Amino acid sequence: MRVLIPGISGGIARQLALHLHARGHQVAGIDTRPWAEAKEAGIQVYRGDVRKRAAEDVFRRWRPEAVVHMATVTAFTVPGKERGRINLDGTKAVFDHCAAHGVKQVLFVGRHTFYGAAPDSPLYHSEDEPPRALEAIPELADLVAADLYAATALWRLPKMTTAVLRLPYTLGAPGTGTLSSFLKGRRVPLVLGYDPLFHVLQEEDVVTALTLALEKQVRGLFNVAGPPPIPLSVIVRETGRKAVPLPAPLLSMLLGRAGLPRLSMGALDHLRFPIVVDNRRFLDATGFEYRHSVADSLRIFRESSPVLPAGGQGR
Amino acid sequence: MWKAAGPGTSGWYGAPVALTDSLEARVDRLELPFNEYGVDPYGISKSHVKHALRVFGAIYRYYFRVRCYGVEHIPPRGRGMLVGNHSGGVAVDGAMVLTSTMLEMDPPRLAQGMVERFLHNFPVSSLWASRTGQFIGLPEHAKRLLEDDRLLMIFPEGARGTAKLYNERYSLVDFGTGFVRLALQTRSPIIPFAFLGGGSAVPTVFNAYTLGKLLGVPYVPLTPYLLPLPLPVQLEIHYGEPLVFQGTGDEEDHVIEGYVEKVKQRIAGLIERGRAQRHSRRIGRNLLP
Repeated sequence: MRVLIPGISGGIARQLALHLHARGHQVAGIDTRPWAEAKEAGIQVYRGDVRKRAAEDVFRRWRPEAVVHMATVTAFTVPGKERGRINLDGTKAVFDHCAAHGVKQVLFVGRHTFYGAAPDSPLYHSEDEPPRALEAIPELADLVAADLYAATALWRLPKMTTAVLRLPYTLGAPGTGTLSSFLKGRRVPLVLGYDPLFHVLQEEDVVTALTLALEKQVRGLFNVAGPPPIPLSVIVRETGRKAVPLPAPLLSMLLGRAGLPRLSMGALDHLRFPIVVDNRRFLDATGFEYRHSVADSLRIFRESSPVLPAGGQGR
Repeated sequence: MWKAAGPGTSGWYGAPVALTDSLEARVDRLELPFNEYGVDPYGISKSHVKHALRVFGAIYRYYFRVRCYGVEHIPPRGRGMLVGNHSGGVAVDGAMVLTSTMLEMDPPRLAQGMVERFLHNFPVSSLWASRTGQFIGLPEHAKRLLEDDRLLMIFPEGARGTAKLYNERYSLVDFGTGFVRLALQTRSPIIPFAFLGGGSAVPTVFNAYTLGKLLGVPYVPLTPYLLPLPLPVQLEIHYGEPLVFQGTGDEEDHVIEGYVEKVKQRIAGLIERGRAQRHSRRIGRNLLP
């Protein structure tokens, strides 16, 4: 299968590209970021923005059969309005190109934060639920909009097999993404009096799940998850970090200072209330089985990303 | 081992639960799928349940000296709904019912309450409710837990039930109907129970709704001594025989309301019988030298 991966230079996307290539698929990608080792691995990377004309040329010339759209960003990596443009305009461009150039299958790789963190929402979110608490954290609005837009392809482009996959927080060695960034320091701020459940999936298992979704040609909305969720405090402790529980008002004052990202106060809800997903639909559709337990994932992260000794140098 | 109270062991009038194994051992015997960190897929934490049981167990045994009858009616395994009356201005009833299933059942079971939303809004209470399996009363929660063969604890009177004043303490206010539809959909037995004494433990004379609104709770119960602190009165829990209704949960309202009425009558009957038995026991005690 000829698989094109917009956003191929990201951590998980690279692993997916290598894995698909090893399984005999032809793989190419589009990204503004370089991936120097791709060529020797037999993977073509086209440098550019999916919203630009050159990206459409890739679709026209390379003629992908399947697209795995991973060119979305979070507020942790791209602040401001540009994030909204990348997520929403980029997603629109990818689907437009897919429709125009006969792509048979598209995977949109979204996030489980789609459902929002709220005290009165169900613990386990099914795919049939709407996004909640968006007003509290506008930084997520464009990702939610991109997810919903991708889902419209299910009825707008019925000849194309579209799947929207909502992935939980991921950890790797050391991994990339929201949770890895959150755990980068020796001390990790928590909201005093709360300890939400977190769903964590090892990056290798993410790659397995995406590969299965592609090869099984699943269609529809799917929550992807591996081991059952665990409290955030356990994640902090087992990765060798020190939890620093702070009252919510103090923590909200520290946002944008003391090494914390500048986020809206509603972002703290993600440290207060759980976002846990029901993955039964995905398991039924693909037979996915995770290989890494939570303990495995936390140990791998701890060993690959040890905390720096005070004032010392890391590896 | 713990000695279970009830007709099978100590007669209908029950006996105080006797401690012969530790509270920790009881929690360790819970048949829940705990992972390597002692946490189940719903976030129930062995360590938190142990801490909570130490506190509630002491209150159950020494402060309220709870008498529990008919615990053998609760299925030892598999899904079930404990459905009873609210009694007391604060959730003394819920705390003691879930302590009763931990202390009086063999093997112990953890009853998972369907609680009011405000409990998860506040720090600390949100954490402890989550770690001990007490979730907001959403149909999604109830259905999923029952399908996972858990034991639910439901008070169909809701917050209106805990708002009963002292002179209304043995009355029942309107029941919601959702629990019966859920029981039918999930084919779960309903185990009715009567909770006696909560209204005397927290003798509410007035509910301050405006103050409650300011504090983010439905109301604040006020007692003759102002604060809603429970008095050390003896509490009783009477479990009745399970009720099993046949259907799909899609029945017309009048059918469901008929089933709800049956549950309500059964609970009212348990309350009346419990009160009569308590009265006769008091007379008997008074006759003793």
